[in-house]
Amino acid sequence: MNFKHKYFFLFPGLFVLIGILIFPIIFVVRLSLSGWNSYNPGLDYIGLENYIRLFTDDPRFWESFFRLSFLSVTTVILQYVIGFALAHMVWKDIKFKRFFRVLFLVPMMTTPVIMTVIWRTFFHESLGPVNDLLSVFGVAPKWLTDPVIAKFTVIIVEVWQWTPFMFLLLLAGLLSLPKEPFLAAAIDGASPVRKFIYVTFPLMAPISIGAIIIRLIEASKIMDTVYVLTSGGPGTSTETSSFYIFIKGLREFQMGYAASMSFTYLIIMIISLTIIAKVLTKVLLKE
Amino acid sequence: MKIMKTCLTALISSLMIFSPMAYADKWSDQFPHIKATGDIPGDCSYEKMSKKNYKGKTLKINTHAIPVMGEPTALHAEQFEKLTGAKVEVTHTPAGDLYSKAMVPFQAGQAPYDVVFGFSNFINDWKRYLAPVPKKYMNSPEMKDVTKSHMGVSSWDGTMYQYPVDGDRHYLKYRKDVIDNPEMQKKYKADTGNELRVPRTWKEYAQMAKYFNDWDWDGDGEKEYGSAEVMKKDDLMFAAFFSRSVAYAKNPRTPGGFFFDLETMKPNINNPGFVEALTDWVEATKYVPPGGTNFGLGDEIGSFGGGQTLFSFSWDDAFIAAMQDDSPIKNKVGAAPLPGADRVWNRVSNSWENQYNQAPYIVWGWAVGVAKKSKVKDMAFDYLCFFSNGANHQADLAIGRFGVNPFKNSDFDPNIYINSMGWDPEIANSYTQTLLDMEKSNNRVFPLRVPGVFEFTSAVATGTSKALAGQLSPQEALDEVAKEWEAIVSRVGKKAVQDAYAVGVKMEDNKL
Repeated sequence: MNFKHKYFFLFPGLFVLIGILIFPIIFVVRLSLSGWNSYNPGLDYIGLENYIRLFTDDPRFWESFFRLSFLSVTTVILQYVIGFALAHMVWKDIKFKRFFRVLFLVPMMTTPVIMTVIWRTFFHESLGPVNDLLSVFGVAPKWLTDPVIAKFTVIIVEVWQWTPFMFLLLLAGLLSLPKEPFLAAAIDGASPVRKFIYVTFPLMAPISIGAIIIRLIEASKIMDTVYVLTSGGPGTSTETSSFYIFIKGLREFQMGYAASMSFTYLIIMIISLTIIAKVLTKVLLKE
Repeated sequence: MKIMKTCLTALISSLMIFSPMAYADKWSDQFPHIKATGDIPGDCSYEKMSKKNYKGKTLKINTHAIPVMGEPTALHAEQFEKLTGAKVEVTHTPAGDLYSKAMVPFQAGQAPYDVVFGFSNFINDWKRYLAPVPKKYMNSPEMKDVTKSHMGVSSWDGTMYQYPVDGDRHYLKYRKDVIDNPEMQKKYKADTGNELRVPRTWKEYAQMAKYFNDWDWDGDGEKEYGSAEVMKKDDLMFAAFFSRSVAYAKNPRTPGGFFFDLETMKPNINNPGFVEALTDWVEATKYVPPGGTNFGLGDEIGSFGGGQTLFSFSWDDAFIAAMQDDSPIKNKVGAAPLPGADRVWNRVSNSWENQYNQAPYIVWGWAVGVAKKSKVKDMAFDYLCFFSNGANHQADLAIGRFGVNPFKNSDFDPNIYINSMGWDPEIANSYTQTLLDMEKSNNRVFPLRVPGVFEFTSAVATGTSKALAGQLSPQEALDEVAKEWEAIVSRVGKKAVQDAYAVGVKMEDNKL
């Protein structure tokens, strides 16, 4: 019997794969080899000119990349710590457990851009309620206009928005843990702290690695928060790679150059996230 | 017979005087937006539009977000639908994305929008995708009323691609109740030794703004501040910087380019004139309200319009907002030309000239065009003509948040503002005179309108914002901008930029 027709069943999947994954990447690579911009639209061929410019004459891209690394690693660490704490709290039998489980998810369910506009209003230095409250203590931080504090403002908003995602993954992980190790620890008389360090945390390691990597991938694309909150300012102090690529591509319309930055960024992210995943696996799953 | 003649003359005169009101009775009932004037006869009046039949046709418009320009676009679209039977679909887009939202389909050879709103400095990049304004509209009385400056801003080498719906320039707004207050003048003189008056120079502006910063000078129980300015990166801040630069760097005795030396295409942006302006601007971070260095245009309008600051400068909107009926400072503000400087840079002799200089900045503003590939061009132009007809235009002018500002010669009649908007005659006169003087000036600066304009302005925004944030000194920041400008000129092609820039220079040098 001839089963060659079975390959036809692969076509829909292959078609989708090529259409939504392979083609855009190939197009970006081709675009990156062109000088497409507002006055010269079209896929001409300029070789590696855009890449040479990026690696030799654009410190702003690299500055924004290192800034992004700081922001994403800091936000993900904070999200992990807070998310784990919250998940651990509602994992136990506490009063209003269901209410808290839903409550903690609310920030994630809101629209990031709208929430960032609201945060911007909160942090508005002359009209916002945050400084109004803090003025009681005689302080008025420059939430959006100080180059250092503005970074932490972005972190606060990101942590608020995305900690629930971490919470959700970690709570699912906690709920799926076997009961036996905890019973054994209880019989041995382990304190809650020792139980957490020697039982809960190691058992949660594989899920933690997955959650951290997923959030790192997402956090490395920080864009809407920066766009609405600070526009990358003051100066360039909160400008991230994705925001910089957005400026070059869709503000200045340097499509070819923006494509070369996007592709370089993709390669860097693939390499760095692979290394991070390996390191985390080695550290957290050593036993 | 004599009595009959007198009666007849009186009747005819009354009809002539009150004819707009007769229209008002008919149309302002249906369209309360024009209740102050009623319909005003013209080629695209309510009366004329009601005779058009566009039933079954759809007009697609991409405009700015509500309210600035987005609100009048939607309002006039709704009116146009009612009058002509057309279906009008309005899409609202943030300011920063207006360029790309039209440019992406333009470059792909598509026309998802028949009418596209943007800024007048897009003209060089957009003109090849836009339909020229047809002669029929060019010859209309409404178009003949548009000022020479704004005909120039909407056209490229004699062809009009952008339909005039707005006129923009930057000028100074100040709190008249403070500056003209004898008690305040006495107090200021006693404390500083200087006269309190409408600032003639940016240095005076800074002195006064600093003095009136961070204390409750209007007795409303809240602190007021010196100045509200657009300082937020990428939020039109580059235009605010140019407003501060023109006094120091636009020298009427050195024609041939404000932004570049037209002959060599060497950027002027880092010459001592611009550096002096940026140094002043960095100093200004000390007298803006808390968070003022993150103010976009909306914040600036709200801040000055809400009575929070002594000064402001940029587009009309903050002034109009301050003069609206619901404003706490209605009839307490004044308009004046942008401050000047006691010295101006001469880029030919490479030295300062120690003489007073002032230059108006006819800044880019809202512009709108019809896509060349649109299938409903007639309807699209009719819509734009209707948008800016006499009645709509006068009503729009009175609403600050609409972002529609004077661009017709008839707009400079102070009676419009006194009679229909309730402005104090002195304020209305100073406002219209300020705008009119800018039109007449021989030392005007027009916006940069060259290929890839966004690359140039984005470089200015980045450089100046680094200086404002203290990341770089003014000279370092502008050196960085100049280097970037040279790179852009080289990428785009010197000749392409030079040819385009020459058109703007002709306007600045009063040769067009």
